[in-house]
Amino acid sequence: MNAIEARDVHKVYRRYGRRKQFATLKSALLSGSVLRDLRPDAVFEALKGVSFDVAKGKTFGIVGRNGSGKSTMLKLIAGIGKPTSGTVRVDGRVSALIELGAGFHPEISGRENVYINGLMLGLSRREIAGRFAEIVRFAELEEFIDAPVKTYSSGMYMRLGFAVAINVDPDVLLVDEVLAVGDESFTHKCLDKFAEFRRRGRTVLLVTHSLDLVTRFCDEALWLDGGVAKAHGDPKRVIDAYLMAVAGAEDVQLAADAAKVNSPIPIPQSQPDPGSRIPDSGTAEPADMFRAGEGRWGSREAEITAVEMVGAAAQPAHLFQSGERVEIRLHVRANQRMRDFAFGVGVFNAEGVCCYGTNTQIDGGIAGEFVGEGLVIFAIDELHLVEGTYKLDVAVHRQDGVPYDYHRLLYTFRVKSPRKDVGIFRPPHRWSFSGGIRMSGL
Amino acid sequence: MLDSLRHLFKYRALISSLVARELKARYRGSALGFVWSFINPLLLLLIYTFVFTIVLPSAHPPELQPFSLFLFCGILPWTWFSSSLLESSNVLIAGGNLIKKVLFPAEVLPIVTVLAGLVHFCLGLPILAVFLIYYRVPVWPIDLLWFPLIVLIQLVLTTGLALLVSALTVHFRDVRDLLANLLTLWFFATPIIYPITQTPERARRVLNLNPFTHLAIAYQEVLFRPGPFTQFTRLFAVAFASIVVFLVGYFVFDRLRDTFAEEV
Repeated sequence: MNAIEARDVHKVYRRYGRRKQFATLKSALLSGSVLRDLRPDAVFEALKGVSFDVAKGKTFGIVGRNGSGKSTMLKLIAGIGKPTSGTVRVDGRVSALIELGAGFHPEISGRENVYINGLMLGLSRREIAGRFAEIVRFAELEEFIDAPVKTYSSGMYMRLGFAVAINVDPDVLLVDEVLAVGDESFTHKCLDKFAEFRRRGRTVLLVTHSLDLVTRFCDEALWLDGGVAKAHGDPKRVIDAYLMAVAGAEDVQLAADAAKVNSPIPIPQSQPDPGSRIPDSGTAEPADMFRAGEGRWGSREAEITAVEMVGAAAQPAHLFQSGERVEIRLHVRANQRMRDFAFGVGVFNAEGVCCYGTNTQIDGGIAGEFVGEGLVIFAIDELHLVEGTYKLDVAVHRQDGVPYDYHRLLYTFRVKSPRKDVGIFRPPHRWSFSGGIRMSGL
Repeated sequence: MLDSLRHLFKYRALISSLVARELKARYRGSALGFVWSFINPLLLLLIYTFVFTIVLPSAHPPELQPFSLFLFCGILPWTWFSSSLLESSNVLIAGGNLIKKVLFPAEVLPIVTVLAGLVHFCLGLPILAVFLIYYRVPVWPIDLLWFPLIVLIQLVLTTGLALLVSALTVHFRDVRDLLANLLTLWFFATPIIYPITQTPERARRVLNLNPFTHLAIAYQEVLFRPGPFTQFTRLFAVAFASIVVFLVGYFVFDRLRDTFAEEV
């Protein structure tokens, strides 16, 4: 038995660009173009043939990026708007937690608003009277229920909206991201309420960015992307597929950012170009290296012409798994023959804390000769960083530290990890137990 | 459409609550509160009486006495009519959040506006009654039975137009400005500040096309003019026209309903 059935649902939003720009009825009447102008200029297809079923009593999650059609789908199920083609069938009373307290009037009391909101959601007066005490208790507003809603804090407002909507006691509950706004204890309360719903065999449809919630709560999940169902089924599998795609997209994004830094290498002697993407501070070294922001400086007798990071896949990437083998490759060029040089690398986390820094001299390298072009590879066999975004310092400098070319925090990469450990560094470690302790999974 | 109408009936509790809310919220925070419902028509009446008995005393035939009562018979229903239409032109856009986020029949909003106007109209009636007693107008008691029917016809007409106006404004925001001016014209094209008998034959033909002309005359006939009510033809014609207007208004509203959530 299905509570929700969506069959090949398309939803097309029309955009009336021209008509909206040049005011309307008058010009439309004058040019006799009322009918023509009622036709849209452009269409946007928010849903392109989505089909799925939600069985009665199941909790169903919809995930996807912003603009992927999740909320549109939810509205169609709620009956706010109709699909352009295809069908959406819902069995039983629906309550949609789309915007909490959408119908509240600020000037009148919470009590009156509860009644009106309840009536809007389809309850009868008697039903509301019967549930009133429970609604107020759930919202924790016993003291304030007779005060005008405009005096409520946003948290109180939301709690009251949630309490009314949830007490409609729907057969199908639609939830759109509303949990994201509450405080910790209220979120727990909401989750408890959802759990209670499930126990009573009600159907819950959850649209959320909280993937954790989907894996923990949902029996089934759907991943929408660009109005198309990309994956459907077991939540864990769907979320993994979604995460992989997100990671891929992030990688493309970081690559695009890096390309902006790597491509236009300014010629050292030329006037600094104010439009250049690279903040070029010339030859002057910042007074306090530890506080310096991103930038590039140095005398440019030697230059770093390009920087790449290469992961286990053996091609340039910006997203790595924790523990992966990673190479930082510096393409360098000496503008004159030199004997006094060193190469350095530093890794900083998003807070600007240096996770690690070293150079060839610290590591005991003795400079020989550097002529023309060259490639420097700094290989990390296992990248023991916790999940997060990191930035890279790379430099070629004199052995006394005076920089030829210093790139400060210009390159960004991300580290993903299945484990959510914290800190700035993950030392390779192992747990072991003895005595009366038994534990598995480690 | 019939389905929608039947569906609407289920929401009558919501409509009545919203009307009550509308009235409560309107005067919340004002010192006089509900008293404004009495004072507003009274002040309006004073202004018109001032203009037509002191500034322009010869603008109306002298036998039309007391003139302020004559004015009141037209102005009170007109205020209900025009304010309902003006407010409903904005009501769907103002309630956009509801239409986009909550599933409920959108026609509730213009209907609530018209009904709230009706309540204000009814609150003005005691003042009218005071006038009638003060001037010792010989009202035929039987005539008063017609009064609720006239109000009902005006309710149907106003609701039909309110539905039409609210639905069209969603697509053409210009309707709001157009309507404000149209209502001014409409006011002067209705025998409210002058008796229809004073108008030239040609103008009268045009005025007779205006449904509100017949409503205004009917109000005047019942409350102001001596003698029993005689304007049955007018009343039934306007009743028929009002029902047609309501059906057309509701039809248009129903057709445009699905576009509201995207357009407001």
